Amino acid sequence: MFLRAFAVLAGLAFCAVAAWSLLWGVIAYLSEPHEESVTHQFHKAPKHVSFASDGPVGHFDRQQLQRGFQVYKEVCAACHSLDYVAFRNLADLGYNEPEIKKIAADWATQTPSINPDTGEAATRPAIAADKIPSPYLNEVAARAANNNAAPPDLSLITKAREDGSRYVYSLLTGYQDPPASLPADTRPGKGLYYNPYFPNLNLAMPPPIVADGQVTYADGTKSTIDQMSKDVSAFLVWTAEPNLEARHRTGWATLIFLLFGTILAYFAYKNIWADRKAKGGRETTSFTDPDKVGPNA
Amino acid sequence: MSFPWAEVYKPKNPLMVWMDERLPMPRLVYNAIGAGYPVPRNLNYFWNFGVLAGVSLVIQIVTGIVLAMHYSTDGNTAFQSVEHIMRDVNSGWLIRYAHANGASFFFIVVYIHIFRGLYYGSYKAPREMVWLLGLVIFLLMMATAFMGYVLPWGQMSYWGTQVITGLFGAIPLVGETLQTWLLGGFAPDNAALNRFFSLHYLLPFVIAGVIILHIWALHIPGSNNPTGVSVKGPQDTVPFHPYYTAKDGFGLGIFLILFSIMLFFLPNYLGHADNYIPANPLATPAEIVPEWYFWPFYAILRAFTVDFILPAKLWGVLAMFFSILLLFFLPWLDKSPVRSANYRPTYAKFFWILVADVLILGWVGGLPAEEPYLMIAQTATIYYFAHFLIILPILSKIERTRPLPHSISRSVLHGEAAESAPPGTATRPNAPGLGQTASA
Repeated sequence: MFLRAFAVLAGLAFCAVAAWSLLWGVIAYLSEPHEESVTHQFHKAPKHVSFASDGPVGHFDRQQLQRGFQVYKEVCAACHSLDYVAFRNLADLGYNEPEIKKIAADWATQTPSINPDTGEAATRPAIAADKIPSPYLNEVAARAANNNAAPPDLSLITKAREDGSRYVYSLLTGYQDPPASLPADTRPGKGLYYNPYFPNLNLAMPPPIVADGQVTYADGTKSTIDQMSKDVSAFLVWTAEPNLEARHRTGWATLIFLLFGTILAYFAYKNIWADRKAKGGRETTSFTDPDKVGPNA
Repeated sequence: MSFPWAEVYKPKNPLMVWMDERLPMPRLVYNAIGAGYPVPRNLNYFWNFGVLAGVSLVIQIVTGIVLAMHYSTDGNTAFQSVEHIMRDVNSGWLIRYAHANGASFFFIVVYIHIFRGLYYGSYKAPREMVWLLGLVIFLLMMATAFMGYVLPWGQMSYWGTQVITGLFGAIPLVGETLQTWLLGGFAPDNAALNRFFSLHYLLPFVIAGVIILHIWALHIPGSNNPTGVSVKGPQDTVPFHPYYTAKDGFGLGIFLILFSIMLFFLPNYLGHADNYIPANPLATPAEIVPEWYFWPFYAILRAFTVDFILPAKLWGVLAMFFSILLLFFLPWLDKSPVRSANYRPTYAKFFWILVADVLILGWVGGLPAEEPYLMIAQTATIYYFAHFLIILPILSKIERTRPLPHSISRSVLHGEAAESAPPGTATRPNAPGLGQTASA
């Protein structure tokens, strides 16, 4: 009795304080004009674009990944690192060993090392086992070279942003002049570029893919801005989730196995219960009337 | 164990006879989850979720132990080591995604298990200890899940730690000291990461221990059932094995199919994109949100926005902790002698409002703390506390309950129509001892 009286009091207290907050919330909501924020007004949802890797049967288009890698190598790699990808991983894209060794050795940035004689910091050409070297020595160098906005590592970018590959594609193709209706204080300042697909609207990254034919594709595909943006987005899906195909394959095998097992389990269950389920009020096994058993059984 | 007609373990194999005389472990298992445990014959599929929760814990422990073999507990390398697992460890991606989604499925299963208990009155006498131990497991699960989310050391890991330990900072006088003590520093860093890893590894085994107590306490009165009427005789029960092992086997198949769909095709759907960005103490994410299974409580925490004697933040913290703690008092707040909501029409209505209310809290808990979501959260918070602390104590005194079936076997054999008026059943509301005749 005491407990319940206390409970009702405590309940009333919490309800009253929450109601008090609610009251002030309602007053503020009704009295203050609630305008849509500028970013909310101008920010756009990512464009609809599809990739071979989408959906439960998604796979990689290796030709496209190679083209995307080429765009990364010739455009993005000037500023963005790819810390979690090693040159040897490029075998997944269909490159053979000599090709990978050549790509590693010819990479624009060398791998940090030490001079074996003096112990001083040095660099050496990369080998297949190395991770792709970062274009900057450290974050301070990256900031200093980029107007204090360090370019993010791209390895996981399609998993680290909502809408992943669609977001990357939209961002790359979304640069435009700010609309006339954009308020002055949200217009891009010096070193910023207007892009409605970026949550903040103004992006420190200059448009990276600016002209058709910027990259000459090895496979002869016509390199339009749209094609290059799509290819590099597809490539970044692979860098973020290199095991995507194995995951999908294992998933289907597991599901077929489980479906089969569950159907068997269902019939086993039905079979075992067959003599216990009452049908039309009758039971096949012997049944003692509960009235005769009594309540204290 | 619980009923005199329970089947008795009789080993035939000489080795098992030898074993039984020295360490009767097989007998223990036989009586706990074998033919030696008589279970009401009318359990529906909602009774599968206890076993499913147990399986979830096993999945978490097995995958977790393998992950720990490859994980590095250091602020500088933790994030990298998780990517190492995803890329370079054989099937590492499978183990990590199973562990991350396994946590979500563990909570889905346990939430259904808890609401099953609320609907069918499984917390009532004589099963109070089962309920209390279950809540202890739930609290341990929440602590374990929170600390597990810190380990990848992504942005949400870091800032989630900051916010959750900040809750202790709201306690007057000792708050800040307490927060520093919990973190082992003024901000989350190596000290916090290492102790969270240590506890994250320890607590699942504590959970396993409390589960043994939970099952032990359950076996004293035996399982509840959808009518809430106590077992009266052998005709009301079936042996757990093979009847419920078979049914649980089928339920487990459905569970694993749903789990596999998430794990293999939508592995990051329940996670937050920001946790694929390495922890950065200098960059606060636009929105700090915990994992989805904490959203209802996060909504209650943020619903208190105005100071009233105490600071608003402290009210939020108190309300959030109290929203779980009050469940410990539930068996004594709801004194209705009728267990199952099938025979408590008014309670059933409030129950479904509560389900909707918690879903709404979960929905707004994952959204930014701005209007109109705050007003929705505040309204839902008011109902949450009113439901348990005001409505239930009063309702259980005044409610007109429907007549109970005479027994489980009768309700099974006669069907729903006969249940309403079985011969010789008292039809007075709140007749004392209704549904408890066997245990009284």
